[in-house]
Amino acid sequence: MSIKHGLLALLRPEPKYGYQLRGEFETATNSTWPLNIGQVYTTLTRLERDGLVQASQAGKGDDGRALYEITEAGRAELAKWFDTPVTRESRPRDELAIKLALALAVPGIDVSAVLQRQRTSTMESMQELTRLKRLGRDGEISWLLVLESMIFSAEAEIRWLDHCEAMLSRHRRSARTSAATKDQIQSEDHKAGASQ
Amino acid sequence: MSTILDIRNLSRVHATSGQKVHALRGVDLAVASGELVAVMGPSGSGKSTLLTCAGGLDRPTSGEVLVDGNDLATLNTKAVAALRRRRIGYVFQDFNLIPALTAAENVMLPLELDGTRARTARKYAEAALTEVAIPELADRFPDHMSGGQRQRVAIARAIVGERRILLADEPTGALDSDTGEAVLQLLRDRCDQHGIAGVLVTHDARHAAWADRVVYLRDGVLVGQSGPLPEADILLETR
Repeated sequence: MSIKHGLLALLRPEPKYGYQLRGEFETATNSTWPLNIGQVYTTLTRLERDGLVQASQAGKGDDGRALYEITEAGRAELAKWFDTPVTRESRPRDELAIKLALALAVPGIDVSAVLQRQRTSTMESMQELTRLKRLGRDGEISWLLVLESMIFSAEAEIRWLDHCEAMLSRHRRSARTSAATKDQIQSEDHKAGASQ
Repeated sequence: MSTILDIRNLSRVHATSGQKVHALRGVDLAVASGELVAVMGPSGSGKSTLLTCAGGLDRPTSGEVLVDGNDLATLNTKAVAALRRRRIGYVFQDFNLIPALTAAENVMLPLELDGTRARTARKYAEAALTEVAIPELADRFPDHMSGGQRQRVAIARAIVGERRILLADEPTGALDSDTGEAVLQLLRDRCDQHGIAGVLVTHDARHAAWADRVVYLRDGVLVGQSGPLPEADILLETR
């Protein structure tokens, strides 16, 4: 999750204080990604260093806190962010895919049980997300979109697990069939050899 | 919360051309008032057999199905049919509405079959259509409705009168995703607000997620469950 671009987006309409940015970020995502105030100020310092935000001409607040505004370079960076699709490759390595691959590669692991445990767990989060969706039916549309995004990725994971299971059972069946065919051919060869 | 549908150690064996097929093996499932349970599993895992046994449309080979405390096996065919008409509602993927009857007439049908007078049945039907938010379609024929509207009529028919159990077999299968969500919302509300015990068979994880519990069938056996277990008092009440 890009905190940097999130803050730039919130600064686009008008200059804001750090604590305001934190509050608005959490409202927009309904605290899905909680931010601490330290992260906000560290990010603002980096953004200022890179020339993407600056201390506002309007100066400091009564309590000496800095008011931040977005620069032209910041607006360009933000526009680029919104214009660029998020690629699958830019996300962290998929631990689940690696786990399943290893479960298959290492003997003695019950892959079906691993699949079912994962399915149960993912479904439980999906049930919780759906419950939140029901409760938030009339709520903020930004929050509902975030929820739907999480529901869709959970759904995709479950469909993928179903697909893995179907592939595995097909693979096992064909492995059994080919083993049986091999046995049959060997025994026929043996008979043929005996009758000669 | 009390258990309305109680399935105990249910097995169903189909005998076809000398071969025995175990459609269900030792399935236990208790559904309480107000609870929605989703059943998931690949094709041929026994989902629909479980639903037809739960609704008294099919007889188990062994085990028990208790509806409101009545063991279906101890009832004769006529009594099972009467229990079905009064207590159990079905919703199917293809709606199963009678095209020659209006929405209200379709909904009235189970009540009339049960001997309710037409005028009373009509009142119940109108109330049920109001509950599914389509009172204005009472006199329309199924062919002149959208898929979502037809499924609402089918749900009204399933909940009309004093039904306690709602059994739904892929009710969203023929609907687009938005209409499907609305149907799930409706099923969910029936359970939450009217204490109906619902069982939803679906292959769609997104729809199963509306349930309180999701159970998984593989080759006729329950292999897992997502969501909270029923509270202890439910387990103690009827056993």
